Amino acid sequence: MSLSKKQVLHVANLAKLKLSGKDVNKFKKQLSEVIGYFEQLKEIDTSKTEPASQTTGLENVLRNDEINTASSLKQKDALSGTEDVHNGYFKVPAVIKKD
Amino acid sequence: MKLPLTIDETRKGLKEKKYSAVELVDAYLSRIKKYDSDLNSFITVSEDIAYKQARKIDDLIEELREEAFKKYPLLGVCVAHKDVYLTRGIRTTAASKVLSNYVPAYSATSVKRLENAGCITIGKTNCDAWAHGSSGENSDFGATKNPWNKLYVPGGSSSGSGVAVATNFTLVSSGTDTCGSIRLPANYCGVFGLKPTYGSVSRYGIVAMASSLDSVGHFARCVDDIKAVFDVTCGVDFKDSTLKNASKEEKQDKIKIGIPKEFFSDGLEEKVYDAVMGAAEVFKKANCDLVKVSLPHTKYANSAYYIIQSAEVSSNLGRYDGIKYGKKRKYFGDEAKRRIMLGTYVLSTGYYDEYYLKAMKVRSKIIEDVQKVYEKVDVVIAPVAPTPPFKIGEKVDDPLKMYLTDVYAATANLSGIPSIAIPCGFTKDKHLPLGFQLMGPRFSEPLLFKLGKLYESVSNWKPVVANLVR
Repeated sequence: MSLSKKQVLHVANLAKLKLSGKDVNKFKKQLSEVIGYFEQLKEIDTSKTEPASQTTGLENVLRNDEINTASSLKQKDALSGTEDVHNGYFKVPAVIKKD
Repeated sequence: MKLPLTIDETRKGLKEKKYSAVELVDAYLSRIKKYDSDLNSFITVSEDIAYKQARKIDDLIEELREEAFKKYPLLGVCVAHKDVYLTRGIRTTAASKVLSNYVPAYSATSVKRLENAGCITIGKTNCDAWAHGSSGENSDFGATKNPWNKLYVPGGSSSGSGVAVATNFTLVSSGTDTCGSIRLPANYCGVFGLKPTYGSVSRYGIVAMASSLDSVGHFARCVDDIKAVFDVTCGVDFKDSTLKNASKEEKQDKIKIGIPKEFFSDGLEEKVYDAVMGAAEVFKKANCDLVKVSLPHTKYANSAYYIIQSAEVSSNLGRYDGIKYGKKRKYFGDEAKRRIMLGTYVLSTGYYDEYYLKAMKVRSKIIEDVQKVYEKVDVVIAPVAPTPPFKIGEKVDDPLKMYLTDVYAATANLSGIPSIAIPCGFTKDKHLPLGFQLMGPRFSEPLLFKLGKLYESVSNWKPVVANLVR
């Protein structure tokens, strides 16, 4: 199993990661090796097996829809991690281009 | 002043006024200052907060006397938190440059519970960035070194937490275990480590790695201390919805210990084999039955784990966009990039069924294996890693080789069961720590503690601290 350069760039793009040319070659080799190792799973017959996504067996764990002010963050605290603030809001990069 | 080695000793010393909490903090900080520049086990030392908490504790003891010790089960216990635990007002980096300037506005449930029980937060420990790694070498703040021999790795990812307990930079420390990240450093540093049942300790306020696998546990120098911390941290907090208040009753009659043959096969170094079998003999001497068992899908656990984990990592690290807190994605290190890309790949169109869905099905097989084994035996004994500590740099350029370090860890995380790592001596040639793990069914921590204590008493185990020179 070997990944192409194009595939490496494709997944990097999906994950919003920028890679240098050197990175692409390095990750292409390393990721191909790891994915090659995954091939061993094909030895197992799972045709009658249900997938497991968790181990707790718990479902629909709910709490009352009440606001607990003691454990809520104040606006100042919520904004404390960023310098990009505008009128008490987070400033985000534009996602729609101007014509 | 001679620093105490256990919680019991610490509380006794405080009660008898051999030292104050402030003096304890003095002593830990001076050890850290003297020795940690070589070992790099701390990213941040929280001196101001530690003294503030210590002064409060000294006041409490003055005011309430004996009552203070009844009210606060961990009064005066110094704890160092892995730097993925959010600590209000103390920088929390996950050992990544992405969070190098992040100061949380709230604390993790575990941090809060420990402080409410009387703990002193001494600092934040180094680890593999985002808890990605088995050696402590993936930290953006530099590798942590093994205190028994600085040329060797301390095990990861909770590397600094293992080292800080082994060196007595702190009395206890916290960690996370997504696939051995507590058990491996405990094993390589010669201390006790607990990976609790998934769903027993809250993940609230812990930087998420792989959400269906992350377990929140800790390190200490004896089983009693492991239990004392667990008693405080476990239980529902109405913030992490995977939690359940449960405890499997201790078994009173003869205990059966399973020896799974797949954990003792190819690739296991003889020194480790001998050490684990030696431990099994100790239990036999203590009137436990040893039973040969099989976990047939063990050799596939690592593959299934790396697919599921990387998929969950790619999703969890998707939130780091440099907008609300932290820096931009270009600050991710190589290992985080590898796992994000791997996870994105196994989840992407055309590969989902082949890798991710397949891995989830294999996970079911592994859970079935585990359930069957616990119909026959009460616990299972196994090595933690296939070799004793390895040299710094040995596996760093070969991610696949590094990933295979986790081969004996994956079963407990994939099936959500608890496991305690117990030290059992040193290699004869290089004097590096050896150990083993005991895995029980979900919520069987009481039985693991009972067996751990049995092992301590029959083998005459005494808490040890690595001999540091400068």
